[in-house]
Amino acid sequence: MTTILQPDDAIIPGVSEPAKSRATRRVRGLSDRTIAWLFVAPTIALLLVINIFPLAWMIRLSFTSLNLSMSYLPLRFVGLDNFTDILTDEDVWFRLQTTAQFVIWSVALQVVVGFGLALLINRQFRGHSFWTTIILLPMMLSPAVVGNFWTLLLQPQIGPFNYLISLFTGVPPSSFSMTGQVSLAPWTIVLVDTWMWAPYVMLICLAGLRSIPDYIYEAAEVDRASAWRQFWSITLPMTVPFLMLAVLFRAIENFKMFDMVNLLTSGGPGSTTELVSITLKRAAFEKWRTGYSSALAIILFVTVFGAANVYVKALNKVKQR
Amino acid sequence: MTAAVAKSTAHSIVEASPRARAVAGSLVILYAVITILPLLWIVATAFKSQSDAIAYPPKVLFEPTLEGYVNLFTVRTRQTPDFIAKLPPPETWYDKLVRQRDMVIAGPSKVVPRFVNSLIIGFGSTFLAVFLGTLAAYAFSRFRIPLADDLLFFILSTRMMPPVAVAIPIYLMYRQLNLTDTRLGMILLYTAVNVSLAVWLLKGFIDEIPREYEEAALVDGYTRLQALRKVVLPQAVTGIAATAIFCLIFSWNEYAFAVLLTSGEAQTMPPFIPFIIGEGGQDWPAVAAATTLFVVPIVLFTVLLRKHLLRGITFGAVRK
Repeated sequence: MTTILQPDDAIIPGVSEPAKSRATRRVRGLSDRTIAWLFVAPTIALLLVINIFPLAWMIRLSFTSLNLSMSYLPLRFVGLDNFTDILTDEDVWFRLQTTAQFVIWSVALQVVVGFGLALLINRQFRGHSFWTTIILLPMMLSPAVVGNFWTLLLQPQIGPFNYLISLFTGVPPSSFSMTGQVSLAPWTIVLVDTWMWAPYVMLICLAGLRSIPDYIYEAAEVDRASAWRQFWSITLPMTVPFLMLAVLFRAIENFKMFDMVNLLTSGGPGSTTELVSITLKRAAFEKWRTGYSSALAIILFVTVFGAANVYVKALNKVKQR
Repeated sequence: MTAAVAKSTAHSIVEASPRARAVAGSLVILYAVITILPLLWIVATAFKSQSDAIAYPPKVLFEPTLEGYVNLFTVRTRQTPDFIAKLPPPETWYDKLVRQRDMVIAGPSKVVPRFVNSLIIGFGSTFLAVFLGTLAAYAFSRFRIPLADDLLFFILSTRMMPPVAVAIPIYLMYRQLNLTDTRLGMILLYTAVNVSLAVWLLKGFIDEIPREYEEAALVDGYTRLQALRKVVLPQAVTGIAATAIFCLIFSWNEYAFAVLLTSGEAQTMPPFIPFIIGEGGQDWPAVAAATTLFVVPIVLFTVLLRKHLLRGITFGAVRK
């Protein structure tokens, strides 16, 4: 049995204790109500202290011109200046474009590779479980460590990647640099990200494929539907909700992408792979423009949050169909 | 299940033909081999000598050496051959190995403290997140909590912020509280990040435990807390363990917060590994050795987690 749960329907109504038994229970130990609050409060408190309070602080700072390298200056409120600065800055829009392209291409590639692999693995050949585990390994690794060791693999001369390419194509291995060339670097981060995360899409798709009851295919078989037809009319539509969920998670993660790319190309060459998280890091922790970077952080958060909400609504619609 | 149904129907699309299965199998194996090659290359690089690691063309066959591992754990200084000749004979195999390169060991490197930091911060934050998460998940699962949906969504939404964005105010706050570059600061931060995963996953696991067991225990005179401890927790053990491993993996792998908020004392492995430097740039055999040691636990955990992997990576949204 496979189910997709959404935040909205995660709570099953009517599971609470009947009110009358609450009175009798209070006699033996704490009341349910007290326990409920005692149990939830520490988590909420921690999130308030570590997430919400800093977030509120950041919102306040986003209206100031605070620069930590000149923190002796008095805190000056500049209204919406930071926001207008960011939104009228061509560079920022360019970084957002770079990020969007990275998200779209990497997620698309991961969907194709992941779904393809899932279809193949679903054939249940001998030893599929072992090979699946092997395929899953990259996504469990630390993105930073992955980014770091791929720089070795992609070194034009000493790295095995260029050498392998030259074995198959005859192009001399030192004639191109995957991380150092403006035309290749954006594809390199897509490639490494796909290596790492295609298994993620695969795993979710596999769950989708396994959730399709066999009798549907059997009925289709009785109706003499071709394999192609079965794929388009049964397999694909019934896997789409899972696929969309995978896309949601991957898109959010890649929009936030920092670690892997920071170590693989650190935004270079020039700024061809400078994703918006890297811009944010530079503004906040290299130029120490805290006010400006707070505003940028808020813009990013609102973007992710808004896009995710719209998308979840669409997902729920697909599910209801 | 698939197999059982397929057997009953002679010509079923459900079970692929032997040929189709063989083709699928070979394609998947091909992909698996390609995908694992980079990792194998790193494992192999750890056993290369400095010159083999940066040889052109790259060397597939080489004479294995433990130099990379020795370099990872030690700090060395270059000496003249005369100086080394005058030294008393090397006491250990690694002394000998280092002297062959005209160097002497000056002391241990920082890798062990960094590894210890990773362990302490990883286990500390995992324990706290799972403890808090279990309590909250139990409450969300069993009691009517006002605005429960909103609270759960709030808990999840804290994960949507880019880590760099979260790090900005945390950095300011920690500076005020003297928590920058401390293990405690990192444990608290990772706990906050992990607790959202823990609550969502554990709620799913606890939802699956029939309420009747507890009801029976309550009727038998147990208090709620006793019922939780003696009835619910033992049944949730697998779920709790899986959740704990997911939290541990997150803390173990985390880089953005670690690199922005720690610089020495509390630095973990991910920001440390890329900066293992030898003479003239990155010491690749040592970096590869560190990567290998760092990745081995993850590989073991992945194998252990197989059954729950899907749940963990989707915040419990997809269950099998």
